[in-house]
Amino acid sequence: MTAETHWDVAPGERPTIPASEQETSSGFLVYTIGLLLAVILTVTSFWVANTSVIWAPGVPAGLAVLAIAQMGVHLVFFLHITTGPDSTNNVLALAFGVLIVFLVLAGSLVIMANLNENMMGHSELMNLQMPR
Amino acid sequence: MTLLGKLDWSAVPFDQPIIMGTVGVMIVVIGSILSWVTLKGYVPYLWREWITSVDHKRIGVMYIVLALVMLLRGFADGIMMRTQQAVAVGGAQGYLPPEHFDQIFSAHGTIMIFFVAMPFVIGLMNFVVPLQLGVRDVAFPTLNSISFWLTASGVLLTNMSLAIGEFAKTGWFAYPPLSELQFSPGVGVDYYLWSLQISGIGTLLSGVNFVTTILKMRAPGMSYLRMPVFCWTALASNLLIVAAFPVLTALFAMLLLDRYLGFHFFTVDAGGNVMMYVNLFWIWGHPEVYILVLPAFGVYSEVAATFSGKSLFGYRSMVLATMAICVLSYTVWLHHFFTMGASASVNAFFGITSMIIGVPTGVKVFNWLFTMYGGRIRFTVPVLWTIGFMVTFVFGGLTGVLLALPAVDWQVHNSVFLVAHFHHVIIPGVLFGAIAGYNYWFPKAFGFKLDERWGKAAFWCWFVGFHLAFMPLYVTGLMGMPRRLQHSDVLAWQPWLLVAEVGAIVIFAGIICQIVQIVVSIRHRAQLRDTTGDPWNGRTLEWSTASPPPAWNFAVLPRVDGLDAFWTHKQRVLAKQELPVQQHAYRPIEVPKNSPVGFVTAFFTVVTGFALIWHIWWMAGFGVLGAAVTLLAFMFRTKDEVEIPADEVALFDRAHPVEVSL
Repeated sequence: MTAETHWDVAPGERPTIPASEQETSSGFLVYTIGLLLAVILTVTSFWVANTSVIWAPGVPAGLAVLAIAQMGVHLVFFLHITTGPDSTNNVLALAFGVLIVFLVLAGSLVIMANLNENMMGHSELMNLQMPR
Repeated sequence: MTLLGKLDWSAVPFDQPIIMGTVGVMIVVIGSILSWVTLKGYVPYLWREWITSVDHKRIGVMYIVLALVMLLRGFADGIMMRTQQAVAVGGAQGYLPPEHFDQIFSAHGTIMIFFVAMPFVIGLMNFVVPLQLGVRDVAFPTLNSISFWLTASGVLLTNMSLAIGEFAKTGWFAYPPLSELQFSPGVGVDYYLWSLQISGIGTLLSGVNFVTTILKMRAPGMSYLRMPVFCWTALASNLLIVAAFPVLTALFAMLLLDRYLGFHFFTVDAGGNVMMYVNLFWIWGHPEVYILVLPAFGVYSEVAATFSGKSLFGYRSMVLATMAICVLSYTVWLHHFFTMGASASVNAFFGITSMIIGVPTGVKVFNWLFTMYGGRIRFTVPVLWTIGFMVTFVFGGLTGVLLALPAVDWQVHNSVFLVAHFHHVIIPGVLFGAIAGYNYWFPKAFGFKLDERWGKAAFWCWFVGFHLAFMPLYVTGLMGMPRRLQHSDVLAWQPWLLVAEVGAIVIFAGIICQIVQIVVSIRHRAQLRDTTGDPWNGRTLEWSTASPPPAWNFAVLPRVDGLDAFWTHKQRVLAKQELPVQQHAYRPIEVPKNSPVGFVTAFFTVVTGFALIWHIWWMAGFGVLGAAVTLLAFMFRTKDEVEIPADEVALFDRAHPVEVSL
């Protein structure tokens, strides 16, 4: 554990990372690069949606890829989720959040689809309610 | 369309002697407390030191007071149900009409979960976590006050339903379609929904506050694996709060849209899906079980280690088990509705995960046992509750493993077997832990110990009463008795129900012992005084400061270089056989300034909630506006800290030397 002790810096502890290094992920340049990448990705997705250059059934997949890339850009450049030691908490929190959202969504979808399969058809249900 | 919406004199149940009697007693009690406080001139003191306080210790104490008061209300509901079931057999109809009985079981569940267990656990975390972490407050002190007062608004609205209108008759989880407007046209479900929405926001804010506190604010040197186990369990619990409570809020928002604006999320017709409500409710509901029980596990860990005079056995496995439960608790929710119609494969999956989640809990039980093994155990009140928990909870857990088998669940679902099971885990699991923590940390909060004799009497009454009250329900459950029965025709159940009634009375004796315990302790506080700050020979940092701690907790932030920081410090002093010369350079300390924003916001949310329940739209607008203006005014506050001069800190620190008990 000793090697990792400096990873989670408690307040009152002097930061072990020099100030110059801390600046790297929040400088003006970083926001500009982020903005440019985000704009490029946005414009590209509008272009992909309207173009006939790409094979039509591939468009949704392309849009999904662009959307995921967009999320990545936002996380790295605007929310500063990096691999640096000072953002371990943020990365872990993000991972926990993604895991829970995945469990909740996937679980609900499986459960509801399964219930739906086992449900009586609509017409049968109507027949049940008919007066005898 | 009238000025008062749906509200008129018919809302007050004048024809119900039981309700009117209770309301009368409540008015007399509250009125006499208020007039006593006013006549004695305590109002400015209460306002300055408690109501507007943003000190985590004060807020923690207020949470626990709230929980204890609501425990009385919830218990009263419980014993009324037991009495009704014990007498209303065969020809006898009992004393509670069905529509009143329905409100009582709904109120009992709602109150015990949301307004007893939650405030108790959050109160303990509030009081203890910053002290154990060796810091001066939580991350967002004013937000903490807002959280508390929002919880209190929810409590107030729920209690108002007793006198004005009615409470839900739908059970504590308010399943549609019964809770939809078509089948519950009254205000009962609205009281339920709005009070839980308001207090739920408070809980979510608490969760955010504590996650931030634990991750970002620790004493110098306190790395993750040097945190006391209670802090770990608090972290897991609050991560669960942050992830689970938004689901509940969204779910209730959808049901509210159904009821108020004619949406069709959970209606039977027009494409609504009732099953989605059940699914989402338990996506919140199962993690909620662990939100409550994990901090209690933390209390047991602290108590077992302290009173055995040993460090906790298997600290790392304890941490791992806690975090494993934190994730696994999101994979088991379907076991609450095995009988809803999922196929065998889906049921089997969730049955297996439900059994797996028992494994880390088992790890914890063994860790506590090995902590006590070979230790020099002092049988104080918190230890009694801890041992009582272990022997009781293991059996409650075993019935849980039984119920995790879908085939068994099909047989006993919706019977009192289930009622016996969940009381069998939640009472020892949460309430015993909360009371152990209350006895354990009381001297830290108030500077004197609680009376041991009455504490032990309370424990034995609760322990015996609990088994008498709930073991018979397993039997009647297996005999086929459904839950929530206002009247039954089966005479064979009655002897068991009478035993359960006796058990409830024994628990009542336990509660009386607890009230006497407080009174006796306050009267004998001079003898019970703790001057050392470390009455139990503790191991963690909260015992290294004065009892009660000053507003700034620690004059100088402690330096942590290992697990059980205070214990190792004491050992070092013992080895040297001399007290370290305390030559601190005291510096002025900034503490957060008191703020009435929590109280005022909560006042407006009560107004809003009440107005929405009764469809008084102008009043709802007024309430929302008031709350918004209050929060805006707070945001423009320029001075939010008060400086405690170095002299005052030094004076207090010298007046309260923390002696190392040798």
